[in-house]
Amino acid sequence: MKVLVPVKRVVDANVKVRVKPDNTGVDLSNVKMAVNPFCEIAIEEAVRLKEAGVATEVVAVAVGGAACQEQLRTCLALGADRALLIETDDSVQPLGVAKALKAVQDNEQAEIVLFGKQSIDGDNSQTGQMFAALAGLPQATFASEVKPQAGSLEVIREVDGGLQTVSVKLPAVITTDLRLNEPRYASLPNIMKAKRKPMDRTTPAELGINVGSAVEVLSVEHPAERAAGIKVESVEELVDKLKNEAKVIA
Amino acid sequence: MTTLIVAEHDNNALRPVSGVVAAAATAIGGGYDVLVAGEGCASAAAEAAALAGAGKALLADHAAYAHQLAENIAPLVAEVGAGYSHILAAHTTTGKNFLPRAAALLNVGQISDIMAVVDEATFKRPWAAGNAIATVRSSDAIKVLSVRGTAFDPVAAEGGSGVVEAVDSIHDAGLSNFVGESLAVSERPELTAAGTIISGGRGMGSGENFALLEGIADKLGAAIGASRAAVDAGFVPNDMQVGQTGKIVAPELYIAVGISGAIQHLAGMKDSKVIAAINKDEDAPIFQVADYGLVADLFKALPELEALL
Repeated sequence: MKVLVPVKRVVDANVKVRVKPDNTGVDLSNVKMAVNPFCEIAIEEAVRLKEAGVATEVVAVAVGGAACQEQLRTCLALGADRALLIETDDSVQPLGVAKALKAVQDNEQAEIVLFGKQSIDGDNSQTGQMFAALAGLPQATFASEVKPQAGSLEVIREVDGGLQTVSVKLPAVITTDLRLNEPRYASLPNIMKAKRKPMDRTTPAELGINVGSAVEVLSVEHPAERAAGIKVESVEELVDKLKNEAKVIA
Repeated sequence: MTTLIVAEHDNNALRPVSGVVAAAATAIGGGYDVLVAGEGCASAAAEAAALAGAGKALLADHAAYAHQLAENIAPLVAEVGAGYSHILAAHTTTGKNFLPRAAALLNVGQISDIMAVVDEATFKRPWAAGNAIATVRSSDAIKVLSVRGTAFDPVAAEGGSGVVEAVDSIHDAGLSNFVGESLAVSERPELTAAGTIISGGRGMGSGENFALLEGIADKLGAAIGASRAAVDAGFVPNDMQVGQTGKIVAPELYIAVGISGAIQHLAGMKDSKVIAAINKDEDAPIFQVADYGLVADLFKALPELEALL
């Protein structure tokens, strides 16, 4: 069974992003980039499926600029067998990425396509679901547990009210939530080995698709900052302030 | 120009967030209809038709829609929505599940988690845990939008047309099945609808210690939330998580206890009207957004707080 894992290059989770002075976007120069944390969980789950003898091959794929090779190498070091970059310098949106991945899936015919549930920069939570629609596959989003069964997967999903269990027929799309697993760190020998693993490159044009988007970013601004508050000295003072100054408790 | 809202409900009653989505539709203008898909959900459809400003409620009542499985709901939304200028749903785990699937079936993009309507094609949304706010414009023929549950004041529950029309389309993809669910049962208000929230973080030390928050929550009529660290540590279940990847809340009062204030947590609560924080680390980032900060050991402060309320 082949597992396809689409991954995204994003601003590192510990970086506080800055808006460009001209408000045209976010300043990404000299900012640390990383594999989107949810995609890292997806890679980990795929590698565990392989270690458990369920999967036979793990393929990492990214859509974006040449720099994404760095994140694909990380995926190879974490246990993916090979990687594919769909190279484009255009700014891509989820629907375009989903179309590119659909073209990849037409060639790869993976049984499981494992996405992160959202990227921590765009925060859209769209790509896995859009891909599932285009590929005509079932989707188990926000997964916190994946149990392979004959011809299907039983997946526990994190939903607003608690947990929901669904069964999806294979091939299927999964998007990962935080509690699915705790990703490993790449060991030095595995980082060295990853340099020799295969990484292919293609382009949207070669795949015969258009990744253009009808959604245009007009401007980007910092949110309104909260004014710094005060420190109170005691619980009594806190209750007094909440009652008599903020008037939020009776 | 008319908007289609996809209602969120439990097959019995509308969820309050549907009124928020209706408010976003009202801000876009041109009127709106409400699709209520489920099983045995006629009462929810009647509530939807009653929402202030609602045109008709479209009731799709079939077993295939009972559990909001995206494989069945998305083609219905795409079919019914094809005649509308905008399709809106809540940015909840339900909306996030089916709406992008419906957008892709219509070959249009989606704008997620909108916080403001600038005009019929232009919207504001957060980026990178709300550290930037992007103004985006869609030139798609149908604008598909998910709406932040705290960003608009819900419309009134009455004043709509009261008209309910049946939709006969049945989409049963046969790709997925509902197996079961374990939903949190609580006497307390829902996190996303609560006027007051008290949340605990890693500093709580254990799940048992969350009992220290319960007495205070009871006295304040508050919901209890948690940081990701507390959920990851297994103190409390996932449905209590507030933050970038959990629930977005904006109560009148948010009390953060033993929460350091990582940007991912702040993303979920910094629009609260008043923030109070109790933390023993005076340098904790939570104090940078708190209106009232108390540097104290929570195990001493919480019993005192409960006694004073």
